Amino acid sequence: MKVSMTVNGQQRTDEVEPRLLLAHYLREVCGLKATNIGCDTTSCGACTVVVDGLTVKSCTVLAAQADGAQVTTLEGLAGPDGELHPVQRAFREEHGLQCGFCTPGMVMAAIGVLADNPDPSDREVREGLEGNLCRCTGYHNIVRAVRTAAQAGPTAGQVPQAQEVQA
Amino acid sequence: MSILGTRVVRTEDPLFLTRGATYTDDLVDDRLTGALHATFVRSQVAHGRLLSVDASAAREAPGVVAVFTAEDCTDLAPIPAGLPMVPPAMIRPWLATDAVRFVGDIVAVVLTEERYQGEDAAELVSVDVDPLPAVVTTADSARDEVLLFPEAGTNVMAAFGEPAPEDFFVGCEVVVTQRMVNQRVAPVPLETRAAAAAWGEDGRVTIWCTNQGAQQAKGEIAGWLGLDPARVHLVTPDVGGGFGAKIGADPEYAFVAWLAQQAGRPVRWTESRSENLVGMLHGRGQDQVVTIGGRRDGTIEAYSLVVDQDCGAYPRVGIILPTLTMLMAAATYAFPKVHAQARALATNTTSIGAYRGAGRPEATAAVERSIDLFAAEIGMDPAEVRRKNLVPAFSEPHTTPSGATYDSGEYVAALDKALEAAGYAELRAEQTRRRERGDVRQLGIGLSTYVEITGADTGLGAAESAELEVHPDGTATVLTGTSPHGQGHATAWAMLASDQLGIPVEKITVLHGDTDRIPRGGGTMGSRSLQQGGAAVHQAATELIEVAKQRAAEQLEADPADLQVDLTSAGLSVRGTPGAGITFAQLAEKEPLVVQTRFEAAAPTFPFGAHVAVVEVDVESGKAELQRLVAVDDAGVIVNPLLAEGQRHGGFAQGVAQALLEEVLYDADGNPQTSTLADYPFVSATELPSFELVDMATPTPINPLGAKGIGEAGTIGSTPAVHNAVIDAVAHLGVRHVDMPTTPMRVWRAIQQAQQEGTH
Amino acid sequence: MIPGPFELVRPGTVEDAVAALVEHGDDAKILAGGHSLLPLMKLRLAMPSVLIDIGRIPGLSYVRVEGDEVAIGAGTRHHELEKDPVAQAEVPILPYVASQVGDPQVRHRGTIGGTVAHSDPASDLPTALLALGGSVVAQGPDGRRSIPVTEFWLGFFETALEPDELVVELRVPRTGSAGWGYEKFTRRANDWPIVAAAAVEGRVALANMAGAVVRATATEEALARGASIEEAAALAAEGTSPSADMHADAEYRQHLARLLTRRALEKAAGAGAAAA
Ligand SMILES: Cc1cc2nc3c(=O)[nH]c(=O)nc-3n(C[C@H](O)[C@H](O)[C@H](O)COP(=O)(O)OP(=O)(O)OC[C@H]3O[C@@H](n4cnc5c(N)ncnc54)[C@H](O)[C@@H]3O)c2cc1C
Ligand code: FES
Ligand code: FES
Repeated sequence: MKVSMTVNGQQRTDEVEPRLLLAHYLREVCGLKATNIGCDTTSCGACTVVVDGLTVKSCTVLAAQADGAQVTTLEGLAGPDGELHPVQRAFREEHGLQCGFCTPGMVMAAIGVLADNPDPSDREVREGLEGNLCRCTGYHNIVRAVRTAAQAGPTAGQVPQAQEVQA
Repeated sequence: MSILGTRVVRTEDPLFLTRGATYTDDLVDDRLTGALHATFVRSQVAHGRLLSVDASAAREAPGVVAVFTAEDCTDLAPIPAGLPMVPPAMIRPWLATDAVRFVGDIVAVVLTEERYQGEDAAELVSVDVDPLPAVVTTADSARDEVLLFPEAGTNVMAAFGEPAPEDFFVGCEVVVTQRMVNQRVAPVPLETRAAAAAWGEDGRVTIWCTNQGAQQAKGEIAGWLGLDPARVHLVTPDVGGGFGAKIGADPEYAFVAWLAQQAGRPVRWTESRSENLVGMLHGRGQDQVVTIGGRRDGTIEAYSLVVDQDCGAYPRVGIILPTLTMLMAAATYAFPKVHAQARALATNTTSIGAYRGAGRPEATAAVERSIDLFAAEIGMDPAEVRRKNLVPAFSEPHTTPSGATYDSGEYVAALDKALEAAGYAELRAEQTRRRERGDVRQLGIGLSTYVEITGADTGLGAAESAELEVHPDGTATVLTGTSPHGQGHATAWAMLASDQLGIPVEKITVLHGDTDRIPRGGGTMGSRSLQQGGAAVHQAATELIEVAKQRAAEQLEADPADLQVDLTSAGLSVRGTPGAGITFAQLAEKEPLVVQTRFEAAAPTFPFGAHVAVVEVDVESGKAELQRLVAVDDAGVIVNPLLAEGQRHGGFAQGVAQALLEEVLYDADGNPQTSTLADYPFVSATELPSFELVDMATPTPINPLGAKGIGEAGTIGSTPAVHNAVIDAVAHLGVRHVDMPTTPMRVWRAIQQAQQEGTH
Repeated sequence: MIPGPFELVRPGTVEDAVAALVEHGDDAKILAGGHSLLPLMKLRLAMPSVLIDIGRIPGLSYVRVEGDEVAIGAGTRHHELEKDPVAQAEVPILPYVASQVGDPQVRHRGTIGGTVAHSDPASDLPTALLALGGSVVAQGPDGRRSIPVTEFWLGFFETALEPDELVVELRVPRTGSAGWGYEKFTRRANDWPIVAAAAVEGRVALANMAGAVVRATATEEALARGASIEEAAALAAEGTSPSADMHADAEYRQHLARLLTRRALEKAAGAGAAAA
């Protein structure tokens, strides 16, 4: 079947199998490999992307379900001049990543948390990230990074192309 | 001011944060064009005679290029265990032949054009197994009634040490014995295992795979396949976590290379999480019996630890884990008598390997629980019992009764720092108040002290290689034999070179994990990287400066002794002659300015520390929640606090997870109960607090950096602190011990039992 | 892991969806948010050959007051319910319970119709709906019918829906400021409940204490008789047949049922008192 969607601002149409998962569509068809797959049970959040302003686990969405949608992945966050998104910047400053495998999903989920709550407490950040697992950081610096990003103001909870993100 | 000891943010991150790292499954490489996908078919039965594997339907499925069963792989010699003590009858075949020995044992492999076709076809392979009783626990195994390898005549893979002498505890006023479980856990690096292989026209194979050390992985794969190592080129892309489970190679990686040869096309494999949770090595898995004896004044006189190590179905590193546990049995304590003994036992489960700490957390858990049991028995504050028995501060090496020689340590100071930072007295007062009020949420305070061994000789030596080259454009390249999977080597190694040469960190590229470029290396494991790999980089920089001085002396017509490093210009200047000098970059113009070196550590180092955990236990439901974790971790001199703290945080989380949550479970038939992340309770952000870190740095004389390992310390210290805290929270209700993980049901039941016993 | 192959049908109306169900029979499954179905399909525990994606049917997501009831469209996603001002004012237990489901990403996809139709005994919203009372509105080839929630969940993955029926709406009584309590017991915040108890206006429902969500009838009867919360909650496990798994055996689940019922009832009483 044919699906069309806007991925990181670019409109595209592809012929896919109905069972193709959005995560595999992004990785294999679009060649956007930042989005990772860490589980089979919608548990880890490594595959989190933003679809029509909402964070979703792309391993549990069919590409066909995202037909017509606006999709943003980690690759779509930085500005054209390479300027980092406030959440990306904060993850670097606070050492919010180690091996980096959870990071693309974690960054997208963090944007979702901030969209929902622009100034979350530690506890609220932890609850907002409950669907994202990290084996390396013990979450400590991830929580700090999200709180640091919050200080950048409302842009921290938004993805580019004026797509609103809500949690 | 030196860059060392400062919080330099990671040079790897901009790429990781904008485009993502490049893990094995992400690779785009011409050599992998048209790659086939391998899908392993695994046994669904824990133990049984393998009657037949029928792949005929799978061979007809769309996209299937080939299906291999044991019959099709007879030219592959069995996989050597790599450990001298393993009985030859216990060696693993590539594909299960006569028997299947765990759920996850490989019975066939399918090659397909597309990834999705592999799963479809694998479903069609029909495997006929005549089930045998499964050996699931070490107790079952030790009975030797059902044997995994009948030819071996026993399930015992190895045995270490002797029983304690009969009079070992004679004369002690108090002796406490406890059976305890250091449960099997799954390492779960977020990146599962993955490999890709392509053969070139020159008869060489390039293998990309996720691992903790390319050189060791290459050596193992070449050995298993009977290939001349010169024909194997192994490349480690970015690695999404390892935690010990990615040390060396796994048979699947070698298989991928072999399949590529058979098919005449490149082959890729990335396992699913469900496959990972049965196929990748598990960690821990010890059943322990501790006995601790001493006087009512708190002095401990004798301590014994007897271990049954669950090794899983086939011998891997798990066999030797108890030797590390035994070596570290005496821990931070000055016990006059220490006894340790162990057996390594086969079970119909996933093989056990190294997992963050590997053998040392098990030793610490045993002794720290023992101290608390002893303290409870004599009614003394556990902090006091510890203080009474800790090895006093020492600066000359200290040798323990279990045979370890510690380099430097100040255990009492570490404990006191932790207690002070935690506000121990006030915590105890709050605990008393809650006990008196009979609150639903009771407070538990748990302590641990630990010492662990890092940078031990892994069998490949305690040495590491480094190459350092300064280029004419002012940049530099470091080649290192260690290889990161999140630790931040690229930043730390650049800092070490920059510190001596003055070249900015951003201009230093660190390369690792390519065996053609870096033939020698020990990888990243056992918290060895900085103290050996980092020390090698440090040494390379020192040597490079000497080479540069010789060269500069000629060019500047100066005495080499008058030349000194000028960090601002990243070069050399002539003492007493202002303005005279030359940069390292200039010195590299005519001929390459490069040194290769090898740093050899004289001995391992012994980081130590003390943790205080504060938990709340809902005594009506039994649920424990960690409120605080205060940690003193002394790993000697710190090169980059940002990175060191990150290592500690990650270690804490995994340690806490073992105490509270995580456990790999099998049913009585050996069926895994935790083979997805929906079932395996991987710790998430909501079960953890932000951690409270206390700094302490006692340098080691073992290496020029003064650094010890920090990778595993957090895990080792946190598990027993949290475990002790949970039990402490319900101690006033009569509970003395609850096995890990301290699940709500276990804690609730322990309270019920203690109260019943109390009323009798 | 990935689902087995299937054909995807994308009806534009509920009628077309029902027609597709009639046409494909047992081979077909409705796809709503996909957050129960797709995980099962990825593990190949479900292998439907046709998926009928109702996610594109307009007008299935709403929360509105209709007389004494609140009507909730089957396509309403958990996060929409969580944030919905009408729901917050009229049936505050539902937005709260919606916020306790899974994690934010799951709540962005999962629908109330999906969780109701799925009939997992461990699910949160059905437990709250059962305590609220009210009905499930189903639409089949012969039109709509209303099924009381007390007759809807029959067992594990088993409901009173006919194979050619679709859940289109949930109807619950407006409880306004009446007290309510929801106690979900998990090991990790984002887990499914090991046991959960919902209490509202003297009615109590339990998750994971039987093949389907159940009412704690002995507790309700005791409350009706005027028993204290303590006494009534002690009866919560009566007649339940919980399963054993790695988190809890039957005895512990029954203990939790009593404990959580007591706490939910106490909260309901407290909240009611505070509001009054
Ligand atoms: C990681 C994770 C954690 C979760 N945690 C929780 C939790 O803590 N508590 C909890 O309660 N739930 C939890 N869930 C489940 C979640 O609430 C699901 O969204 C919900 O159970 C199903 O809704 P859905 O719209 O996704 O349904 P789908 O998956 O699309 O469908 C589920 C089933 O219902 C059928 N169906 C769907 N809609 C209709 C309809 N309108 N009419 C008839 N049949 C229909 C489908 O055919 C299918 O059989 C979790 C899910 C995940 C993935
Ligand atoms: S890969 Fe999507 S949640 Fe794990
Ligand atoms: S950084 Fe490795 S999993 Fe999060």
